[in-house]
Amino acid sequence: MRIVVCVKFVPDIQSDRQLGPDGRVVRDLGDGTLNELDENAVEAALTLAEEHDGEVVVLTVGPDDAVDAVRKGLQMGAAQAVHVLDDDVAGSDAIGTATVLAAAVRHLHAAEPVDLVVTGMAGLDGLTSLLPTALGELLDLPSLPLAARLTVDPGAGTVTVERRLDHASETLTAALPAVVSVTDQANAPRYPNFKGIMAAKKKPVTTLTLADLGVDPATVGTAGARTQVLAAAPRPPREDRVLVQDTGDAGTRLAAWLVEQKLV
Amino acid sequence: MTATPVLVLLDHAADGTLRPPVRELLTLARTVADGAPVHGVWAGTADVAPALPVLAAQGVAAVHRLVADADLHLSSVVADGLGQLLDATGAGLLLLVSSFESKEVAARLAVRTGAGVVTDADGLEVADGRLVARKTVLAGTWTTRCAITTPVALVTVKANAVPAADAPAATEPTVVDAPVQVSAASRRVQLVERTERPASGRPDLGSAHVVVVGGRGTEGDFSPVEDLADALGGAVGATRVATDEGWIGHDAQIGQTGVTVAPRLYVGAGVSGAVHHRGGMQASGTIVAVNADADAPIFEIADYGIVGDLFTVLPQAAAEVRRLRAQG
Repeated sequence: MRIVVCVKFVPDIQSDRQLGPDGRVVRDLGDGTLNELDENAVEAALTLAEEHDGEVVVLTVGPDDAVDAVRKGLQMGAAQAVHVLDDDVAGSDAIGTATVLAAAVRHLHAAEPVDLVVTGMAGLDGLTSLLPTALGELLDLPSLPLAARLTVDPGAGTVTVERRLDHASETLTAALPAVVSVTDQANAPRYPNFKGIMAAKKKPVTTLTLADLGVDPATVGTAGARTQVLAAAPRPPREDRVLVQDTGDAGTRLAAWLVEQKLV
Repeated sequence: MTATPVLVLLDHAADGTLRPPVRELLTLARTVADGAPVHGVWAGTADVAPALPVLAAQGVAAVHRLVADADLHLSSVVADGLGQLLDATGAGLLLLVSSFESKEVAARLAVRTGAGVVTDADGLEVADGRLVARKTVLAGTWTTRCAITTPVALVTVKANAVPAADAPAATEPTVVDAPVQVSAASRRVQLVERTERPASGRPDLGSAHVVVVGGRGTEGDFSPVEDLADALGGAVGATRVATDEGWIGHDAQIGQTGVTVAPRLYVGAGVSGAVHHRGGMQASGTIVAVNADADAPIFEIADYGIVGDLFTVLPQAAAEVRRLRAQG
């Protein structure tokens, strides 16, 4: 069983994240990291590969530093890594990114069949969660997003996910190959150990360009983006802030303040 | 009149009741429609009748009821129907509530139709002939204005983005069946089981105007949190720690990976304000924090912070709110 995991390099959410004058997330602050939610995707893929004698390939699209994201995947135990690196990718929206990833998955599939594509539930930068479903559409594969539980039946050639939506819980199933996204409820990601970190240094990272993948640059990046950020500004600091130490009547004072603010 | 309609996907419960954010979507749809009709789309087998009085008051001209020989809970089947309606009506804008399901529908439609999509918008306007969505990003710390540059726009709108208001003139919406040509691709995913979550009797967490949240500081006792929530007519939420400890269901988890809320009033009790939690609530209108630890990071973003014991502060506040309410 061959599993491709799509991962993203994002600014660390503990850092002071910013947007640039172009409205894009600033990605060169030097504190980027593997999107935390993608660690659950890598873990899910590694677990399945261990259960079903498979192999995991980590795949990312992004600037030079993005290689750190796939390196982390290799350290966790993935066998190989692919980094799509091309200046024309910059400025891609979710659909543009999905277009590049879909082309890369097809490229990998042509070399050796891919049975499953796994992603995290969302990128903690844009947080649109559009990508997993868009990727399934672009690959013309069934997509089963937001798995809190994920099982594969290799005999039947099916994948089943249990998921929790806003108002309901669902169980979905489809034939492989398929695209699945996993939530942070799915598992507890393993930490790379010393052996894994040393082994990762010897594992290959293949770098591919849009030309290698046969992707028309006009369909991705800024050129292919369907939305345009006109303005971006830090939210103004909150004013008239009140901080009190409770001396016995703080609850009463809070209620009065809420009434005064017309919130009650 | 030749103007094409604005479509709104009518999110509703299994009994046919519209979910509260739909009124906000319809209000927003009218403001950008510039006189063009607003049409609803009903995806599901529930009876549309209970929703009609609200749709009439909102000035909805027509409701397209999707009819399919496949499960309309599957996002791919809904996307099939909506794609066909966008074609048939020539609509340039489709509004959806910001739910996980809606985002799946939007992602599929964006790929199939070439439409531009903005998720989690908290405002929408037409500027220089283009649709411009407003949204808060990076855990509520930045605001952006984003134009959609394609002929068809898909926008998911957060609850509490705008106050809902009825149309100046009510309508009598016509209900028309819209048979869906279900694509072969949509039949590949099977819905094995679906369990609707029972209603709690409190407002829905994702769309409530007031949310009271309990964290580690509750030590598992949510009764003061529930008491204040009920006094304020609000919903009850929780931090990741509280749900992981099993003190309350995972459905209550607020955060970037749980429910994202932007109520008028957020009250955090015993909530430290870890970055994951802030990402799910920092866009709230007014933030109140009650915590025994004066160094809790939530105080950095609180409009009103109380360093104190939630077990005395919350019941006192709830009692005072009830007393002031009773006074009128």
